[in-house]
Amino acid sequence: MNLEELNQIADAVRAENGKYDYAVNVCQGTGCLAQHADQIQAAIGASAAAAGKNVQVRRVGCLGFCAAGPLAQLEPEGHLLKGLSVARADEVVSSLGGSPPPGLQCELSELVEKQVQVVLENSGKIDPEKIDEYIERDGYQGLVKALTELRPVDVVQQITESGLRGRGGGGYPTGLKWGMVAKAAPGQKYVICNGDEGDPGAFMDRSVLESDPQRVIEGMAIAAYAVGASKGYIYVRAEYPLAVSRLTSGLREARRRGFLGNNICGTPFDFDIEIRIGAGAFVCGEETALIASIEGLRGVPRVRPPYPASAGLWGKPTLINNVETFANVPPILRKGGAWFAKVGTAKSKGTKVFALSGKIRNTALIEVPMGITLREIVEGIGGGVPEGHSFKAVQTGGPSGGCIPAELMDIEVSYESLIQAGSMMGSGGMIVMDDSSCMVNVAKFFMEFCMTESCGKCIPCRAGTVQMFELLAKICEGRATMDDLDLLIDLCSTVKEASLCGLGQTAPNPVLSTLRYFKQEYIEHIQNKRCPAGVCTIKHEEVPA
Amino acid sequence: MSKLKVATVWLDGCSGCHMSFLDLDERLLELAEKIEIVYSPLVDRKDYPDEVDLALVEGAVASVDDEAKIRKIRAHTKFLIAMGDCAVTGNVPSMRNPIGPEAILDRAYKENATAQQQIPTLVVPRLLRTVRPIHEHVKVDLHLPGCPPSADTFYAVLSALLAGETPDVSALTRFGA
Amino acid sequence: MSAATEIKTLIIDGKDVSARPEQTVLEVARENGIEIPTLCHLDGLTDVGACRLCLIEIKGQTKLQPACVTRVEEGMEVQSDSERLRKHRRTIIELLFAERNHICSVCVANGNCELQSLSQELGVTHVRLPYRNPELTVDASHERFTCDHNRCILCTRCVRVCAEIEGAHVWDVMGRGAGCRVITDLAQPWGESSCTRCGKCVQVCPTGALYEKGKVGIERPKHPEFLPYLNLMREAQ
Repeated sequence: MNLEELNQIADAVRAENGKYDYAVNVCQGTGCLAQHADQIQAAIGASAAAAGKNVQVRRVGCLGFCAAGPLAQLEPEGHLLKGLSVARADEVVSSLGGSPPPGLQCELSELVEKQVQVVLENSGKIDPEKIDEYIERDGYQGLVKALTELRPVDVVQQITESGLRGRGGGGYPTGLKWGMVAKAAPGQKYVICNGDEGDPGAFMDRSVLESDPQRVIEGMAIAAYAVGASKGYIYVRAEYPLAVSRLTSGLREARRRGFLGNNICGTPFDFDIEIRIGAGAFVCGEETALIASIEGLRGVPRVRPPYPASAGLWGKPTLINNVETFANVPPILRKGGAWFAKVGTAKSKGTKVFALSGKIRNTALIEVPMGITLREIVEGIGGGVPEGHSFKAVQTGGPSGGCIPAELMDIEVSYESLIQAGSMMGSGGMIVMDDSSCMVNVAKFFMEFCMTESCGKCIPCRAGTVQMFELLAKICEGRATMDDLDLLIDLCSTVKEASLCGLGQTAPNPVLSTLRYFKQEYIEHIQNKRCPAGVCTIKHEEVPA
Repeated sequence: MSKLKVATVWLDGCSGCHMSFLDLDERLLELAEKIEIVYSPLVDRKDYPDEVDLALVEGAVASVDDEAKIRKIRAHTKFLIAMGDCAVTGNVPSMRNPIGPEAILDRAYKENATAQQQIPTLVVPRLLRTVRPIHEHVKVDLHLPGCPPSADTFYAVLSALLAGETPDVSALTRFGA
Repeated sequence: MSAATEIKTLIIDGKDVSARPEQTVLEVARENGIEIPTLCHLDGLTDVGACRLCLIEIKGQTKLQPACVTRVEEGMEVQSDSERLRKHRRTIIELLFAERNHICSVCVANGNCELQSLSQELGVTHVRLPYRNPELTVDASHERFTCDHNRCILCTRCVRVCAEIEGAHVWDVMGRGAGCRVITDLAQPWGESSCTRCGKCVQVCPTGALYEKGKVGIERPKHPEFLPYLNLMREAQ
């Protein structure tokens, strides 16, 4: 395979697409499929055939505006339709070429305007199971370029220059990590893609895997070439069956086109990928636990150092990156690291995908440039909180993150500023809260999550999260004293500083950040036995009969 | 100089701590010059005095009666010592916590009773759902673990307190000692 | 012995010490009479860094590191004892006591328990956290030994000694978080498991969780010190 052959494939796809007058791209992401998007697609196809219109009805990945699904995009006009149903298929078909049926069109202005799509550039535009459609949109040019024009060290250089940082949450410079693995002792090395997305309210990686699996495969292959690995693993959670099935067919397609296997693109580079399915443990998103899980061991983290870059899977140097990180790689190789670095802030480059959910009008999968303010995301793209409520806080970083209050809404989204605000970038869950959310209850929710997901290996996390959860429950029920609050704060410091892995070390963050900005709510529960948001049920002492 | 008013209290425990206290033997005479026992299972006084300087409380809080007592004691005591493991940790009385009070009452008053198999509702105070150490109910000023703390421990702790010093409890005793 | 072993020098608690490059901070500290508390560590077994008692401060790092798995480095400055570390260590001991039913006074290991003696060394005179009092079982199905989950602190010494030294791998851990417990084989009763009855797990157990029937109490201390000697003799073969 070379660039010329890629162009031939792309031309063939364009020729096929050009045969139609119209296209209806029906979203087949998990959210829309749950509302029978497959049946809707079939109905539209049947309706078009009956109407004798020359319509290409396609399956595409996530169209982003998940709360309004099932969704479809009409071409060439570009209208986005929401709330589709089988019953309205005829209407959709007959409206083609004119204005969309009443009530079905999405108001997109701000939702689209502020977004910059790099990772999601193909999401909702291509059939995720057709590799040729990916190629038509410049897919695999990055890999071909890397293999035929660049040395591995040049590839690492491109990534370093791009300023890309780990999108799983930690924000470790990707180029640095690649360089470490590349420089590790030669021999067997591995590349692992971490698709064990487990944060409550997060669905970025799932959408990428479902909508554009080839992008992740290409990113991994480029990484493997850069670091000298010949074997890759994609670790996906079992709760994502659609992602697994699209990856499975994606790997098959990639092998068929010769992007995986031996002598890729006619070079001596060999690389193949295997899927490993998680068994439901959140902690397996932690890299050392994930590696243990792939090895067939109990999914518990181990102490680092040594880091996987020097001793990872089966003790071999291993590159482990998140889905979104790999998804950023193909365009960086295609367009150059400098191009990528143009977007973003001084230390946080490029874009970030967020799953926007909670008390917000537009629940959506969005991709925004680093440096955008939280206000632009929540009020602009998200459309603000529902009518009659006032915005209170936004939770980022999942159970490891924190709540950022309304008065800090103008801070920019970057790794540093979010940490400074007491939260973190995390993998991209963004949960919006309004005045009907109780912050103590929110902290309790995340603590319960950490408690049930603790692996049990180290004591501070295993036993500490249980005690912190009980204290939070006590506060929510109005049974706590100010001494309990002091004890909670004291436990936070031990669990944070003494836990073995990131899960425990960050478990106190939701408590610490809500205490930092909403301490009065805690005190209100404790001293006045009342929940200001009206969420918690205060238990009153039993009156003896 | 007036003598220090000392109370000793017996909640849910085996009285072993009191026995160990009596093992001070002749040193009791020395202490008696500095302290006055104003309330104790060992002296004849029914109600807790209004002003007590120091209370040694043995036993865990296991019943509504214990709970009322410990609140009253705390309110009228300057310095409260949790004496022995039951008071400090719950110890043996707390071993019923995982199975609940009903199972205990059934075993004591029904399964093992040969006559009148019924759980008393009068006279015997109602059991709390779980047996807790004293500090989970009221503030405790000094914890003295041990099952029981030895007479030497009592002597060292009381001597230090009488001299206005803070005793190093961990140098003297531990859980289960 | 290799000809060129590069000896490292470092400072632990203000004391200049030397070490071989493969040594851990814990090893070197103990060689020099600096006592760092541990529970999951045992000489002769692989370290897992799980109990977090041996956390130390290293100059130039904000994160605390477990001494048992931290290799020495040239010029390293280690603080093994500080108010911050003592506070965390005491809290860890309290978390352990509150987690299960550790009733020292009636425990078979009373007087021979590492958890008990550590609580005294670290000045834990009471547990500020509410006792959880979980309902746990006692497995007395084995003809010689008993496993009392009430006293288990999940240090996994039994798991490691069985897998690494005895080579039987009868013990393992099941469950997650507070629901973890040590199991024999696939959670079968110990007496029906593939146990070789060597008793090593009993000797290494720091508490009264594993004990030999009829041999309990202060007069019957455990002897985990056989491990380093056993390893040495094996290597010599």
